[in-house]
Amino acid sequence: MALLEVKDLEVYYGVINALKGISFEVNEGEIVTLIGANGAGKTTTMQSVIGLIPARHGTVIYDGVDITKMPCHKIVHLGMSQVPEGRRIFQELTVYENLMMGAYSQKNDNNFKEDVENIYERFPRLAERRNQIAGTLSGGEQQMLAMGRALMSHPKLLMLDEPSMGLSPLLVDQVFEIIKDINKDGTTILLVEQNAGKSLAISDRAYVLETGSIVLSGTGAELATSDKVKKAYLGG
Amino acid sequence: MKLIETLLNGLSIGSTYAMIALGYTMVYGIAKMLNFAHGDVIMVGGYMIFVTMSAIANPIIGLAAAVIFCLLLGITIEKIAYKPLRGASPLAVLITAIGVSYLLQSTAQMIFGSAPKMLILLDLGNLEFGGLKIPVYTLVTLGCSVVIMIALSLFVKYTKVGRAMIAVSEDKGAAQLMGINVNGIITLTFAIGSSLAAFAGFFMLLKSPSLTNTLGAMPGIKAFTAAVIGGIGSIPGAMVGGILIGVIEAISLTIPAIAPYTDAIEFLILIVILLVRPSGILGKKRREKV
Repeated sequence: MALLEVKDLEVYYGVINALKGISFEVNEGEIVTLIGANGAGKTTTMQSVIGLIPARHGTVIYDGVDITKMPCHKIVHLGMSQVPEGRRIFQELTVYENLMMGAYSQKNDNNFKEDVENIYERFPRLAERRNQIAGTLSGGEQQMLAMGRALMSHPKLLMLDEPSMGLSPLLVDQVFEIIKDINKDGTTILLVEQNAGKSLAISDRAYVLETGSIVLSGTGAELATSDKVKKAYLGG
Repeated sequence: MKLIETLLNGLSIGSTYAMIALGYTMVYGIAKMLNFAHGDVIMVGGYMIFVTMSAIANPIIGLAAAVIFCLLLGITIEKIAYKPLRGASPLAVLITAIGVSYLLQSTAQMIFGSAPKMLILLDLGNLEFGGLKIPVYTLVTLGCSVVIMIALSLFVKYTKVGRAMIAVSEDKGAAQLMGINVNGIITLTFAIGSSLAAFAGFFMLLKSPSLTNTLGAMPGIKAFTAAVIGGIGSIPGAMVGGILIGVIEAISLTIPAIAPYTDAIEFLILIVILLVRPSGILGKKRREKV
């Protein structure tokens, strides 16, 4: 059953048509990736699905609920969470306080301590830096914090927008490992990446986005071997 | 002795400015707009106290009525005048705020006329000891303000909603991704700012009993100056800036040679501080997004 079903989604910035009616779905338990070049509409898709940018046409169904016109904060309360592009952690708050903000949508705080400990276990660096002001963390640590923060709300669907951006190759590998782990623990993943090779390798299915339209779709393995993808995104 | 009296007077004026400056700075921090009608909410609070006092001669009930009325007024102004302009150019919002300011002043003039209303709230008398003569209202003002400011700081730092306010002021989009209702937080901020303005109105009437429709205009501008000096958007900054402006005002007023130029001196200090520290005493430098 599709956890997320996007149908004919169209988004405009003023008169500019950023998404020209895209359709895709994410099934429960999957890792699905949207790949595409800069400006293809990947981030727009992510922001529109979670209600940060209004859709002009089309529908977004999440967990059986039509969320097309729902404001972002309500969608988050339904169990969708996003690690935004550029991480956007709260720079002036500490690591711990950022995690607290991540749990904002949780109705009871009883599990909070346990949840924080789980995050520290997954990201030991965050445990070491728990009382540090988040703005002083390194890029990799900030990415870990953004992921930890997004996990604090126990999402059914976790969306990650360019989680490997600006990280060293070693950290990139680590981030993809963590994404696989999170998925193994039962969280469905929708990933947006420019690093097509690494993301296709961990994906069940993927879609290729080009100037606001989906031009190709298939399993991760299929796309990784497709000539078109190789030529355009894998440098071969 | 004279110096202590002046200082206490300055602290009391300053804490009144700080209460007003908090409204400016919180609304700026969270809604990213300058609410130039904020000073006039003080005046509305003043008239609300006047009306209540005419019916029931109890200043505490007067204060309570003013706080509730201003709180609702603040929410209404935000909903009707500012919310439809979310995402509009800052200039459009600024012009609207100035319009709201004139609307409030003119409405008050239509209802209450332009002659000042005299309103003796409470005659608290003076406290005298060891040659020191301190008007009790200065102590009441100072004491109440300090309690309110501490409560506000604790609220912002230690409650879930308070932290949500910090999150919204830093990054609205990321705050929404946490499940925070940004519009709700903005409404709450206007409610808090406006009720603080009602307290400021009460303190001002304690000090001098004359009430006109421009009661809030000058204190509004000075408190805005205080907020900018402290670093607009910063809550402790508004407190520091308010106290600083108040103390300078009190000292300046006791020196005959410069007393007539007191207002000018305060704005001069604004200019000097902004030359040295463009983001204010406790203001943050704008961080570049990487």
